[in-house]
Amino acid sequence: MPLLTDRLQNSYGLEFREVDYRLPSGAALLSGLNLKIARGETLILLGRSGSGKTTTLKLVNRLLEPTAGEILVAGRSNGSWDPIELRRKIGYVIQDAGLFPHWTVERNVGLVPTLEGWPAEKIRARTQEVLSLVGLSPSQFAGRRSSELSGGQRQRVGVARALAADPPILLMDEPFGALDPVTRAGLQKEFRALAMRLQKTIVFVTHDVREALFLGTRIALLETGRLVGIYAPADFLKAREPEARAFAASLETDGGHEEAR
Amino acid sequence: MNWYEFLLRNPHEVFARTLEHIGLVGASMAIALAIGLPVGVALVRRAALRRWVLGAANIVQTIPSLALFGFLIPVPWIGGVGASTAIVALSLYALLPILQNTCTGIMEVDPAVVESARGMGMTPRQVLWQVQMPLAAPVMIAGIRVATVISIGVTTIAAAIGAGGLGVFIFRGVAMVNNQVILAGAIPAAFLAIAADLALGFLGRSIARR
Repeated sequence: MPLLTDRLQNSYGLEFREVDYRLPSGAALLSGLNLKIARGETLILLGRSGSGKTTTLKLVNRLLEPTAGEILVAGRSNGSWDPIELRRKIGYVIQDAGLFPHWTVERNVGLVPTLEGWPAEKIRARTQEVLSLVGLSPSQFAGRRSSELSGGQRQRVGVARALAADPPILLMDEPFGALDPVTRAGLQKEFRALAMRLQKTIVFVTHDVREALFLGTRIALLETGRLVGIYAPADFLKAREPEARAFAASLETDGGHEEAR
Repeated sequence: MNWYEFLLRNPHEVFARTLEHIGLVGASMAIALAIGLPVGVALVRRAALRRWVLGAANIVQTIPSLALFGFLIPVPWIGGVGASTAIVALSLYALLPILQNTCTGIMEVDPAVVESARGMGMTPRQVLWQVQMPLAAPVMIAGIRVATVISIGVTTIAAAIGAGGLGVFIFRGVAMVNNQVILAGAIPAAFLAIAADLALGFLGRSIARR
């Protein structure tokens, strides 16, 4: 709906206010999260597995509901948006892309525009536009199935699909996590350029410090459901918090490790 | 007299019994599908209930078919001697593979695909009809195929309670101690089963290719 888009364009992107997320068993996956994300920035959620990164991300598009606190999207509590409408305004990219294997690339990419009832001609034009944007030739890839794509191409289609309806916010959950190092480096570079060009508000989950430093305008470090700190990439390696130092240290040993793989 | 001579000499009765047989299988499969598909879909998200329902369907499956036909005869409304009792019993037999494969098929759809469907803003109904069902279809059709083949076999026993079908020849042959008459019922029933299996297999493959 135009209303939501206007609001998103006229205010900052996202805010978490005292957000808790507990499982029904009582285990806290996220506690007391306060976080403001500016419009047009790429905020990295960095942490080990189980630190609450993915939980944080899913709270934004209401795949999960907070047990306490609220998340503001465009200055308004996201609980007051209709979840379906909200999700169509927020691009979502996950590891392995989650493309529909029974649909062609073109149909996958056109998913949200189709759900939103765009005319067929406009969907086709937009699909071709975003496929070119992520570096895939529409004439070559539009008719393929996801089984006919490499991991890197699948991830590109995933990004194209998320961008198709031109959402002001993008959520990305380790989108390049399953790729080989060479493909990943290439996609990271292209994605950084794309992010700068498109000026979307991006929340990007990763456990890879290198990726965090390369892509983030800021890095929010999480440890067992709590926010350790928010850092500019330049400051992250100088941070004194033990968890930040642990990640910085992993960077030093990572070089040999990466080559061994 | 050979079994095929029997078939050639009694074309009208063979034709009528075959139609009866197909009618019994068709009616019971229609009922089993009408119940099994929606219940199977509903059970996907209810793990506790699913165990109970599948367990119950499993127990039904273990009741010898002749006993099940017998049990149903005294039941009011559905019971009695004849086709309606047989159709109820046959539907109960067909239920398990349909329920089971509907549940399994949907649950085995890649969770990443379902999550991205939800995350992109598909309604639960759209996720079910546009993503889960088409991807589960081959497994669901495999269940329907198993149920149909079982049903064609079990239907031969329905003749014992007066429901008709190709089983009539089998029971007549048993009473006459005449193997050729038994074969005159058994062989066409086997051909029906093979034909149904091939047809549903073809349907399954063409859906998977789509």
